Amino acid sequence: MNVALLGKKIGMTQVFDDNNRLVPVTVIEAGPCPVTQIKSSEKDGYDAVQIGFRPQKEHRLSKAALGHFKKAGVEPVAELQEFRTNGNVELSLGDVLTVEKFESGQKIDVIGTSKGRGFQGVVKRYGFAGGPASHGSMFHRRGGSYGMCQWPGHVIKGKKMPGHMGDVRRTVQNLEIVKVIAEKNLILVKGSIPGSRGSLVTVRTAVKTKKAQA
Amino acid sequence: MSQAILEEITKDQLTDDRADFKVGDGVRVHLKVKEGDKTRIQIFAGIVISRKGGGIQEAFTVRRIASGVGVEKVFPVHSPTIEKIEIDRESVTMRARMYYMRDRIGKAANQVKEKRLVEAGRK
Repeated sequence: MNVALLGKKIGMTQVFDDNNRLVPVTVIEAGPCPVTQIKSSEKDGYDAVQIGFRPQKEHRLSKAALGHFKKAGVEPVAELQEFRTNGNVELSLGDVLTVEKFESGQKIDVIGTSKGRGFQGVVKRYGFAGGPASHGSMFHRRGGSYGMCQWPGHVIKGKKMPGHMGDVRRTVQNLEIVKVIAEKNLILVKGSIPGSRGSLVTVRTAVKTKKAQA
Repeated sequence: MSQAILEEITKDQLTDDRADFKVGDGVRVHLKVKEGDKTRIQIFAGIVISRKGGGIQEAFTVRRIASGVGVEKVFPVHSPTIEKIEIDRESVTMRARMYYMRDRIGKAANQVKEKRLVEAGRK
């Protein structure tokens, strides 16, 4: 069954696995996520489940938002996110999703916003080689030729140039769950995930995992 | 806050029975080696030339000269594959990391200032 949760990146550490190997893990605090709305194709034109994360004080929310939570019968939350479904979900309003939906060894996708690097040149941004540092070279960290001349008469679209790097939504697919600590709402995922510590991430069952593993 | 969570997770994997060895010490590391369904103990003896990191990430490097070739192994201090660590001899070092041992050849390659000799010399 496909599950999705909202969570917070706690940070990275290492743990010994069953084969006594030290594996790098990212710790994610995921859930509990209350179901705040269930959208259906009859009423809304598409099927989706809206879940929340991170409890919020009532005075920080608008009346409209409070009404929305009251209707669902859940405590107010700061973050809301929708996930498309195929229509037949066994969830009802007010249900709470937790990390217990996941188990160790399972493959998951983690979606987050990568760290912002500001305006960067092509060497850092795209891994260009740059030029020689010395021996009279006056071509250090530039990107080389931007294209041809009178034909085509413009720079080709998508040409890699300096610009803003990072701070974009990124998905890392097929990460392995090393451990689930249900009583603390924690998931230990093998490898790294996008974003800084404390940033909001989405954890979902891997979309592209082979059928045999699922 | 988040650091506290990370320490909490790794807390139960830390060992507290590891000998308190230092850089420069001659040690015998008893390793559990799995062969088929049997495990046996293999000993790697040498000089600790570095000990770095903290918490569960703490690691140490043991250097020895095996049949004329310098061999170094890096172990996580809290690794479950380590049965125990014996200290053969303690020494006095002027450095936190003894990477200069890599440049030594011959007899000097195994020589470190032994603590008992240094202390005996002072008396």
